[in-house]
Amino acid sequence: MELTRLEFLNKAWRTGLVIFGGASFELVSGTSLTAGGQPAAAGKRLAMAVDVRACMKAGQCVKCINACHRGHNVPAIPDVKRAITWIWRDDLERAMPGVMDSYSGTAFHGAKPVLLCNQCGNPPCVRVCPTGATWKRGDGIVMMDQHRCIGCRYCMAACPYGSRSFNWNDPRRYLAKKLINRDYPTRTKGTVEKCDFCAERIDRGREPLCAAACTEKAISFGNLHEDGSAVRKALADRIALRRKPELGTDPAVYYLL
Amino acid sequence: MIEKVFLGPRRYWLLLLTLGVFIAAGLFFYIQQSSEGLAVTGMSHSVSWGLYIAQFTFLVGVAASAVTVVLPYYLHDYKAFGRITILGEFLAVSSVFMCLLFIFVDLGQPFRILHVILYPSPTSLMFWDTVVLFMYLVLNLVIGWTVLSAEYRGTPPPSWSKPLIYLSIPWAISIHTVTAFLYAGLPGRHLWLSAIIAARFLASAFSSGPALLLILCRVARRYTDFDPGNRPERALGVIITYAFSAHVFFMLLEVFTAFYSGIPSHRAPLVRLFWGWGDPASLTPYLWISTALALAALALLYSPARRRDSGLFIASIAVFASVWIEKGFGFVVGGFIPDPLERIPAYRPTLAEAAITAGVWATGILIFTLLFKITAAVRRKD
Repeated sequence: MELTRLEFLNKAWRTGLVIFGGASFELVSGTSLTAGGQPAAAGKRLAMAVDVRACMKAGQCVKCINACHRGHNVPAIPDVKRAITWIWRDDLERAMPGVMDSYSGTAFHGAKPVLLCNQCGNPPCVRVCPTGATWKRGDGIVMMDQHRCIGCRYCMAACPYGSRSFNWNDPRRYLAKKLINRDYPTRTKGTVEKCDFCAERIDRGREPLCAAACTEKAISFGNLHEDGSAVRKALADRIALRRKPELGTDPAVYYLL
Repeated sequence: MIEKVFLGPRRYWLLLLTLGVFIAAGLFFYIQQSSEGLAVTGMSHSVSWGLYIAQFTFLVGVAASAVTVVLPYYLHDYKAFGRITILGEFLAVSSVFMCLLFIFVDLGQPFRILHVILYPSPTSLMFWDTVVLFMYLVLNLVIGWTVLSAEYRGTPPPSWSKPLIYLSIPWAISIHTVTAFLYAGLPGRHLWLSAIIAARFLASAFSSGPALLLILCRVARRYTDFDPGNRPERALGVIITYAFSAHVFFMLLEVFTAFYSGIPSHRAPLVRLFWGWGDPASLTPYLWISTALALAALALLYSPARRRDSGLFIASIAVFASVWIEKGFGFVVGGFIPDPLERIPAYRPTLAEAAITAGVWATGILIFTLLFKITAAVRRKD
């Protein structure tokens, strides 16, 4: 088909308008478009409360970790320096430096509650990501797009909780074929990943795997903005701490003492 | 003009061959890294940026330092820099090219690098850093080449090059400021969370960059017939002295705040950098070497020895090496230590990492050599 010069210019002009117009709309609207079409649930903020006492009582229990890592095809990499961890147990005094000393809270010395991504209300990882590969959903979950991630690891430098893991080599190498969950993707090397509160289950009206797997009922989950939600009930009559709130990140994971 | 790179003495070809060997070795290890993943480096969950990003940071400074010759020459009509301004610009071109290569080799998914342009994210400093660095590369390449072409034809540079030259001055400041902001705005990384990082970066850049330029001038005078004479070296020496003094002063300001406030999180990374915490891969020796070199450089720069060519040359080497260790290694790695869970992770670059780093440097030196070759030939009018 022959194009006259005028027709060509006209078409080029319209195409340019669509491309740049679309791009600028994405710049202005920020999260709403990059959220992968998720509607922003008005006033919803998903949160979790971890009962440190209940977690301590369970001793060396790792049921939540196993459920999560198996369900999400998280490989068991023997080199701890390069391990992928969506949820792990670590010392309370390391997770919250300065909350205890030699005299106060001695009952909690040696406690190793579960740690995971805090799904921050003001996430530094989202702020620094150069490609929008990590973004915040309307319900507060900080998501990760493995296909858009370029593996620059700026988000890992920005996260003050050590909650993000990088695939230093091929993670599939460490997955036992028989144990692979076919309903959840495996990942490739060179991208960052982390806990996303089991967004895939939440969208089907179910609670996160870790909360479901905990036999001590140590993990409460729900909408922070809803009176009477499980997480609100758990928070009501206990003192709860969040990790490093002074950094202004507004974590959504509470630790009940 | 470009044909000048094909004619040269034996020495020239030997240098190119040597650089080629380093580039080939770097490429070999990069192919290994591409297939195995970044596990071939010393980086880990806790120290997630290492030598690559640290060298990137250092080289942004060298690139920005072109302004220390461009500004006096074009804005203040300081004629002594007339013969070396173009070298400053070509040094910037080579450095930015190395910067982009270091970013590339650090990526887990390098072939997705254009996602940065495809999905522009204005809240990310890395997005802005990519944009300003690329623009700076184009600016310096266009300016350097245009000015040199004009010299080749024996005509004054075209008038449109002037606004570009003036634009390149604030642009040089901007690239290093944005690079400092990559670090200075992250919560929980206390070594980096300081309002003075951009100022520190500029001070260390404006001392290490001119120091490298002085070293390159000296090499050129020794091995080629390109002789800018003594005067630009003297002037570079003054710039190095003041900028390096500011750099050391700014470092001491950081030490004061961290230690006098007594806040553990502010103190911890500095303690770790200088005294270690008893782990084998401690950074301690490097940082003390850097400190010793800094003191030696200051002693030379402020003593009568600075008036001797050899004194200034040795001081330049000391300045360059001191900043290279502090900024090209310690600053970036130190920011990750202790990690968010208060652990002291070890980090030591692997052979693959070192070889890839050397390969990137060899590429930069190759680019500079070729650009210098053309410049020298044009100056000789052959």
